[in-house]
Amino acid sequence: MNFKLKIWRQKDAKSAGAFETYEVKNISADTSFLEMLDILNNDLVHAGKEPVAFDHDCREGICGMCSLHIDGHAHGPSQAVTTCQMYMRKFKDGATITIEPWRSAAFPVIKDLVVNRGAYDEILQAGGFVSVRTNSVPDGNAIPIPKADADESMDAAACVGCGACAATCKNGSAMLFVAARVSSLAKLPQGRVEGARRAKAMVAKMDELGFGNCTNTGACQAECPKQISIAHIARLNREFLAAKLQD
Amino acid sequence: MSCFLCNSSLGKKLVMSVTGCCLVLFLLFHMAMNLVALISPEGYNVICSLLGANWYAVAATAGLGALVVLHFVYAFILTINNYRARGTQRYAVTANEPGVEWASKNMLVLGVIVILGLSLHLVHFWSKMMLVELMGQHQNALGLDPTNGAVLVAFTFSKWYNVALYLVWLAALWFHLNHGVWSMFQTVGWANDTWYPRLKCASKVVSTLVILGFAAVIIGFFVFSLCAGACPAAGVCGGGCCGH
Repeated sequence: MNFKLKIWRQKDAKSAGAFETYEVKNISADTSFLEMLDILNNDLVHAGKEPVAFDHDCREGICGMCSLHIDGHAHGPSQAVTTCQMYMRKFKDGATITIEPWRSAAFPVIKDLVVNRGAYDEILQAGGFVSVRTNSVPDGNAIPIPKADADESMDAAACVGCGACAATCKNGSAMLFVAARVSSLAKLPQGRVEGARRAKAMVAKMDELGFGNCTNTGACQAECPKQISIAHIARLNREFLAAKLQD
Repeated sequence: MSCFLCNSSLGKKLVMSVTGCCLVLFLLFHMAMNLVALISPEGYNVICSLLGANWYAVAATAGLGALVVLHFVYAFILTINNYRARGTQRYAVTANEPGVEWASKNMLVLGVIVILGLSLHLVHFWSKMMLVELMGQHQNALGLDPTNGAVLVAFTFSKWYNVALYLVWLAALWFHLNHGVWSMFQTVGWANDTWYPRLKCASKVVSTLVILGFAAVIIGFFVFSLCAGACPAAGVCGGGCCGH
């Protein structure tokens, strides 16, 4: 398969960026999107040019490092997969593919397609944890948890923190990410204890970092590679409002 | 508490949700009241006299005005925040996300159309009824009795351009409510995956009921104006309000 790639190139955070067009040829349909970019970079290096910078790590769809806005979709046109798990067979032979970095004020571009997603780390540091004494590992069955609650918690915990939700949202809102973190802990007895403090702290940090306000479009849910439901946003709203009413 | 409702993103959205809920309830009441004009113009005028320049009606009008202002001002504040959060650099290529309603992404534009329609509505009715009474006058600018609402309705909707403007207004209101009704439940946290289809269905039912109720009165009186002698308000206006 042959493709024409329109890729956003930007030297650094302070420089202005622009699209540059490249061609890749003889790509196998079973090549992953990131492998296709590896092939392009190999060609660029051999031609003495600067390779395209992009984020990646596990390439198994579980680390949340890869990103990319491809042809108008976060993580590309495939549903429920990260960019690393998308294969070139999804595109038509000869297609022109536009590749952009996440666009959000809270995710500034560092270089080319790499953005700084440290804002999500700051939100997590504000309250996305359970305070426990370090000791020996407790018995897994010491606290019984209903299966439905454990399932719901795990559905929320599937969030890999890739930033697709804020990058897709027309408001630049990080609500789906914050909701997934709050919800995964709120459904478990261990996390319930700090539920009120956590919801208030994480929402306050999210606001402080300049993320936008959720207007319930559901675009985040549609583009999330882990299919996190906006029902978790409803739970975050409940948790936050209940906590504020107790103040 | 005041800080939370002014400073927090979720607090500001709570204000949008609660004010929006009150306005939807008012629309349902107003729509039901309007339908009386089709059935009994005399009955409609009785309601109009109850809601004239009485202290409780004036207080309720002021309250409603405050709700509209709060809803609108907060909508602008949230939109400005959102615009800044999106950043200056936008995507070169965008696509429609599956399952995302058009109205959900255009609530401010729809809201502006609704506000423009509301302004026209206030000029057509409030300024010729309650305001005239509050100023102690017994005739409005059209030379009509300010307590005779049925005649004013018949007069206003005998003009085709008013009918067209009001129908555009109602179409924008339908889209606005279609997203707004279920969205207010989501914002206060009363929603989950089981209830989304039910809430969205209820949203469609409520918005359609509101719009059909208002449109029935508008179209009904326009049709009456075309058919001499058929207007139900003829009994309270003597047949002169729409030219027959």
